Amino acid sequence: MAVFRFTVNGEPREVDTFPDRPLLEVLREDLNLTGTKFGCGEGQCRACTVLMDGAPALSCITPVRAAAGRRITTIEGLARGGELHPVQRAFAEEGAMQCGYCTPGMVLRTVALLERTPSPTRAQILEALQGSLCRCCGYPRIVAAVEFAARLRRSGSAASGEVLHAAD
Amino acid sequence: MPPIEAFEPDRFELFEPPFYRFEITRRQAIGTLAAGWLVTAWVADAQDQPSGERVEARIHLGDDGIFTVFSGKVEEGQGPRTELAMAAAEELGVPLERVRVVLCDTSRTPDDGITAGSRTTPGTVPAVRRAAAAARGWLSREKRLIENPRLREPGEWTILGKGRWRTDAREIVTGAHRFPSDIALEGMLYGCVLRPPAYGARLESVDVEAGKKAGAAAAVRDGDFAGCAARTSYEARRALEAMAATARWSGGQKHSHTNLFEHLRATAKEKVPPLGGRTHSAEYRTAYIQHAPMEPRAAVAEWKDGRLTVWTGTSNPFSVRAELARAFGLRAEEVRVIVPDFGGGFGGKHTGEAALEAARLAKEAGRPVKVRWTREEEFRWAYFRPAALIDAEAVLEGGRIRAWQFTNYNSGAAGLQTPYAIPDRREKYVPADPPLRQGSYRTLAATANHFAREAFMDELAAAAGADPLDFRLAHLENDRIRAVLLAACEKFGWRERRRQKRAAHRGIGLACGTEKNSVVAACVEVEVDPKAKAVRLVEIVEAFECGAILNPWNTRSQVEGCILMGLGAALREEILFDNGRVLNARFSQYRVPRFRDLPDRLEVILLDRKDLPSAGAGETPIVAVAPAMANAIFDATGARPRSLPLRW
Ligand code: FES
Ligand code: FES
Repeated sequence: MAVFRFTVNGEPREVDTFPDRPLLEVLREDLNLTGTKFGCGEGQCRACTVLMDGAPALSCITPVRAAAGRRITTIEGLARGGELHPVQRAFAEEGAMQCGYCTPGMVLRTVALLERTPSPTRAQILEALQGSLCRCCGYPRIVAAVEFAARLRRSGSAASGEVLHAAD
Repeated sequence: MPPIEAFEPDRFELFEPPFYRFEITRRQAIGTLAAGWLVTAWVADAQDQPSGERVEARIHLGDDGIFTVFSGKVEEGQGPRTELAMAAAEELGVPLERVRVVLCDTSRTPDDGITAGSRTTPGTVPAVRRAAAAARGWLSREKRLIENPRLREPGEWTILGKGRWRTDAREIVTGAHRFPSDIALEGMLYGCVLRPPAYGARLESVDVEAGKKAGAAAAVRDGDFAGCAARTSYEARRALEAMAATARWSGGQKHSHTNLFEHLRATAKEKVPPLGGRTHSAEYRTAYIQHAPMEPRAAVAEWKDGRLTVWTGTSNPFSVRAELARAFGLRAEEVRVIVPDFGGGFGGKHTGEAALEAARLAKEAGRPVKVRWTREEEFRWAYFRPAALIDAEAVLEGGRIRAWQFTNYNSGAAGLQTPYAIPDRREKYVPADPPLRQGSYRTLAATANHFAREAFMDELAAAAGADPLDFRLAHLENDRIRAVLLAACEKFGWRERRRQKRAAHRGIGLACGTEKNSVVAACVEVEVDPKAKAVRLVEIVEAFECGAILNPWNTRSQVEGCILMGLGAALREEILFDNGRVLNARFSQYRVPRFRDLPDRLEVILLDRKDLPSAGAGETPIVAVAPAMANAIFDATGARPRSLPLRW
């Protein structure tokens, strides 16, 4: 057992635990942040994606010791003061979820993608999300949501009532 | 026009119970110990919604003016939460925001039966609409229920028939929604279960003390069940490893996928004699596949004063309650099963394994316990979509099919009957001895039966020298199937494209069918890699009709999901096993569809038949993609793939 300190969604946290424990389990079991999902536990589905210092990381295969001193963002930390992050808004308004279990991981991957590539082509979206599994196979709607999120981000504000999406 | 078999309950639903019975209640146990893999055709008795039920049990008006609708159905991504809210709001004449939906909690909601077989739309939606239409009277001056209310006609709809996304999308995108695996209770432990080395192996001995020494707060062995629970999943895993090292097993099955189909033929409960005369014949095979929902099975169990409460992801909550009651010698009222909206099922979560396991561990620990299966457990120990061996035979006469014989070994009777008009038809489902634990899947056996039938229809069309479309039309009296087939072909440009020369290694194909009172047709273009014998879906146009559409956005999304899930089974999905053990129990070895499998063009045509009763949309659209691709591969290569995944 050892003490590890890092920030989660802007708040400093401290856990006293086994150094090998997956970050995913520390978030879910010790910090009660269950928005980050278990899908495989072996780095093959990306359901457990979090951002570490802004870059996507697979929390199921990241031992908690590797998170020490890092800045971690989980799905719970994206919305600001009750206002959805543009990517969250795009997923909600494009209906990019069926069961919604893969959604937190997809949203965080998209946040990271758009930071790097604000106007991704379709091919770039497929490439960036290739390893993210959605067993409901809602891929077409997820691609639409990523494209919508990119437009929202570019337009700067998420003005409500704006109808940009192509549903129906 | 012959009617499509209307309103058929899930009489083909397969049900295979979990595989252990606890010693602690052996006196109550019924005699189904895990000796063999028992399969019973399960007849759902609660499918047909009672029309005379009490409105108060179904709908409630709060002081805040919010209506709460209660249904024993569950949300697993197919859309009932939003659909039921829309149905209630429509008949109440209130905005959608004034309706809240409480889904399955066996202590609070009516028993709406299993959530399967596309039954929510034709069964539960009308029940909710009837109750809501009656409850509309609460808003009138008399504040009384309306007796024998009239339901609004599709032409009058203002909420139904319009597109809506999930009403709880915000909880999903913020991570606030608690899936079953996210439920956490005060003082809860995390549990792990010891698994046998092979199907059917019996636990001879295990040292539970080893688990306790390695950090488990509780460890137990009960018959073939053994497991432990600890403060964290990490400690529970370590304790389980210590226990596993002491476990001795005996027996176990020896089956292997390499002789699967020979085994099914050899163990068939009946030999079907071939049709006489000059016949065309072909044998089709479909592999065992796994549902692999993104959320593995999970349950949290809590005992209080001899009563048991379980939160779990299952499509069959009232039956899981009965399983739990039986396993622990309780009365049904002493067990409460709550089903938070869960992370996918696809027919794969009709049983309560995790619930039983969590409850047994919680009983031992005297504290709440959560059990969440690993991905490997989900691949190995969840039940599978049955493998199918299908013999198809036909006699052609003057370009028409005169006689048809179609035998499905092992996988089931759903979608067995051909919709084509053929004078002499013999169709049969023949059970065999399944080497793996098998159960329901999206549309049950209709995936296998449509694959074989539609691929064979193509072979017959070629033998008759006819275009696949013309050949089907010549045998199709069913107007609804004709309509979707023609709609898909027109949008795809079937006739022109058949006349044109295809690009190198490209081929086109089509397929159609019907199941669960809805109809579907697909046209596809594929590209084959002749060296690797691999195939890519380049384009698909699928037309679907399920009566009056209740929520077009969700219907479209379900059709898209079905197409891509069906694509996975066509391309790669296949469970490999040897010596009674699954060999490819991970996503890297069992490839489900990914983003790059998306075709260049995926177009869905929804035919909205306001004059027909609404049918479910979450299953049938899956059946057309695999046979259409098989037929397109023939068009490209001249070879006939006769297996799923597609091989030639
Ligand atoms: S849970 Fe981490 S990649 Fe699947
Ligand atoms: S929405 Fe169900 S797994 Fe993606």
